[in-house]
Amino acid sequence: MPDSLGVEETDVTDTDGAPEVTTVHAGIIPLLDCAPLVVAAEFGFAEKHGLKLELSREQSWASIRDKVTIGHLDCAHMLGPMVVASTLGVGHVRTPLIAPMALGLNGNAITVSTTLFERLQEKGLDDGDALSGARALKQVIEDDRKATRPPLTFGVVFPFSTHNYELRGWLAGGGINPDFDVRLVVIPPPLMVANLDQGLIDGFCVGAPWNAVAVEAGVGEIVVTKSRLWHNGPEKVLGVRQPWAEAHPRTLKALIRALVEAARWTEQPENRGAVAETLADRAYLDMDSGVLMRNMAGTLPRSLPGSTVKDPDFITFFRDHATFPWRSHAAWFTEQMIRWRQIDQDTDPCAVAERVYRPDIYRDAVRPLEISAPATDWKSEGTGPDHGRFFGNAVYEPNCPDA
Amino acid sequence: MSDSKINIAVIDEDPVRAAILMDGLAEAGHVNVVHIDNVDNLLKKIFAIDPDVILIDLENPSRDTLEQMFQVSREVRRPTAVFVDETDRAMTDAAIDAGVSAYIVDGLKKERVNQIVDLTISRFNAFNRLQNELTEAKTALSERKIIERAKGILMRSRGMSEEEAYAALRKTAMNEKKRIVDIANSLVTADRIAS
Repeated sequence: MPDSLGVEETDVTDTDGAPEVTTVHAGIIPLLDCAPLVVAAEFGFAEKHGLKLELSREQSWASIRDKVTIGHLDCAHMLGPMVVASTLGVGHVRTPLIAPMALGLNGNAITVSTTLFERLQEKGLDDGDALSGARALKQVIEDDRKATRPPLTFGVVFPFSTHNYELRGWLAGGGINPDFDVRLVVIPPPLMVANLDQGLIDGFCVGAPWNAVAVEAGVGEIVVTKSRLWHNGPEKVLGVRQPWAEAHPRTLKALIRALVEAARWTEQPENRGAVAETLADRAYLDMDSGVLMRNMAGTLPRSLPGSTVKDPDFITFFRDHATFPWRSHAAWFTEQMIRWRQIDQDTDPCAVAERVYRPDIYRDAVRPLEISAPATDWKSEGTGPDHGRFFGNAVYEPNCPDA
Repeated sequence: MSDSKINIAVIDEDPVRAAILMDGLAEAGHVNVVHIDNVDNLLKKIFAIDPDVILIDLENPSRDTLEQMFQVSREVRRPTAVFVDETDRAMTDAAIDAGVSAYIVDGLKKERVNQIVDLTISRFNAFNRLQNELTEAKTALSERKIIERAKGILMRSRGMSEEEAYAALRKTAMNEKKRIVDIANSLVTADRIAS
């Protein structure tokens, strides 16, 4: 395994003193967006910042959450909404967590079985319209109801996940009630394809590379990618136990620097091969590196042999401030948790976002690097050059005092 | 509620570990224990058993599925993870180390729950030791093969007898403060490069 190919020199002068501890234990789930953690550990970025990054691959998000809760892991590759849920104490013991950086944007997609895909096409699925699949699905559901067929079942990766809220938002955008018109079940990412193949589910929303894996295996077809549903939409974050973060501020900042540099290196097209080869190893994703390469390049398969779709923003590791923890993302997650009745209806999304997402720590950490961090903590979603790319024609404005 | 009346579901796809745990539970007088070895249609199975305690391997990917069922299902009683009660930190640590997770429905006496979880932890640890011994036995076997091969190389290239070859390996190992197998390994590697 290459060790320090990515880093030319050792430089610890950019820290505000040596890290309090030099070994950091982090958990990862086998998904493409764990790349910054793996690259930081394997290509010398952690060492450059005086750290040894010990990674442990976990089988489920519940396992990540439990090990971070109890302190067996200091931090982890986590779903943004998980950090909010743990801090609020929903679904599990209350554990204050913070997200001082993000681990990329986009990367998800909604995939359905080849049978359901054909039915959606008959009902007017149109590649140019991100919500057309949901409107077509609405008609399929009505047909099924008339024929008294059982409801369709869709898989999401965790109750508190971008995937759950994206799938729900997409369904609702087509006039489908996700709690009554379909059944939603939780399935860990690596098991999604097998469940679709066995006919236990009819579709799913999952992160890279599992959508492409399903298509290449001939069991499903991608209906819509997240970058078309919500351009530059939030994904995983670095979830850190708050007491650990407070006790080790210099270690945390060194870790953020290492991960941000690793994310920048991961994104450079000339490094894709090395990243894909490394992630393909048994210790990480344990799969063919080719599909990882194609995912990183935004080349997605279709079930017709040799046919592909290009989505250059399919997954983003660094550009467009992909590592910055926008508080507007956390506010949206909290609003979704309220919308879908997972938490108290009078929870204040702004207060939650301010407590859980920590752009202040991020800015402080990257200051010594030549990386520009946004000056604001909040932004509108679906505006700018990609206007209207937020669940159809919508724009999301966080309704927070400082936003 | 006496111990024997507690309904226990053991979700484990490893047949050996499940057997070790089921034996332990039976010895402790639990008669209502059901083993689920296949997680397809998990909700239906759990509904049929209506367990008071669910024991599942911490690394089982189906834990996410299980937890969501408890959140949304109106069909099953809602057990909570043992870790929710953080009063017993030592037990929680031991459980995570052993790879045990347990979900318990409300109303069970804490001592009863602790007994079951403690038993599960010790059985899981016994299983882990067994696994390690197996791995060590396999390693020992492959180490012996390497030493045999190194002896063969010395016998062929230096015309040594088997005893002389082994003595040479041992002497070098002692001089270099290394294990015989490490010396044998470098010899085998060097021979592979040379040939």
